[in-house]
Amino acid sequence: MRLYESVFIARQDISSTQVETMADEFAGIITEADGKIHKREYWGLRSLAYRIKKNRKGHYIMFNLETDAATLKEYERIMGLNEDVLRFLNIRIEEVEEGPSIIMQNRGDRGDRGDRGDRGDRGDRGDRGDRGSRPPRAEAPKAEAPVEDSAEAPAEDSKTEE
Amino acid sequence: MTQLEIKREAVRRPFGRRRKSCPFSGPNAQTIDYKDTKLLARYTSERGKIVPSRISAVSAKKQRELAVAIKRSRFLALMPYVTS
Repeated sequence: MRLYESVFIARQDISSTQVETMADEFAGIITEADGKIHKREYWGLRSLAYRIKKNRKGHYIMFNLETDAATLKEYERIMGLNEDVLRFLNIRIEEVEEGPSIIMQNRGDRGDRGDRGDRGDRGDRGDRGDRGSRPPRAEAPKAEAPVEDSAEAPAEDSKTEE
Repeated sequence: MTQLEIKREAVRRPFGRRRKSCPFSGPNAQTIDYKDTKLLARYTSERGKIVPSRISAVSAKKQRELAVAIKRSRFLALMPYVTS
């Protein structure tokens, strides 16, 4: 028996109660094989850093569990078959962290600050992108600049829609 | 535009500039966790690339740990692979 940390992301369209029943189902696989769930966290509906299977958001669930390799393999197989699971990551850990994980600790602040931070960062990135592309093609800098500007404007719009 | 590329030698360092020590080594160091995106974001560039340890002064051992953490974080879409 070993300790593992497991995180999976569920599709954004399903409700949080459905996510909970899904999590119960997965936890059931572990407990039925004499494993233990040491910790279970629901991180809520978080926005993804990039799109996964056309989804921009996802429900995150984390488990800290104790089980053997064969059960974990079965658990991964079931998750892979489930179409509501966008992604999962199971890693071995040495010990179960005490208290809630860093994401749960920050969740209260993140709602507002996360959004503002993202917008500020994106503005900066646009400027630097222009500068970066100019030096290699010093022959025709003017031709490139307007193209980049127009390409970036819609990209920024789509990001703020999230 | 080539004028913007300032040569390293041109930026003169004052005497005896001490090398920063690794932020993850020592007695009260932070732990590297792939879930801690705020911390990891400090070691990635604006574009989302991992900052080399010669710039961030992270020790080689911790840099390896850090790189794994960032990659896990990216896999779970907690951090971006690229920001363009």
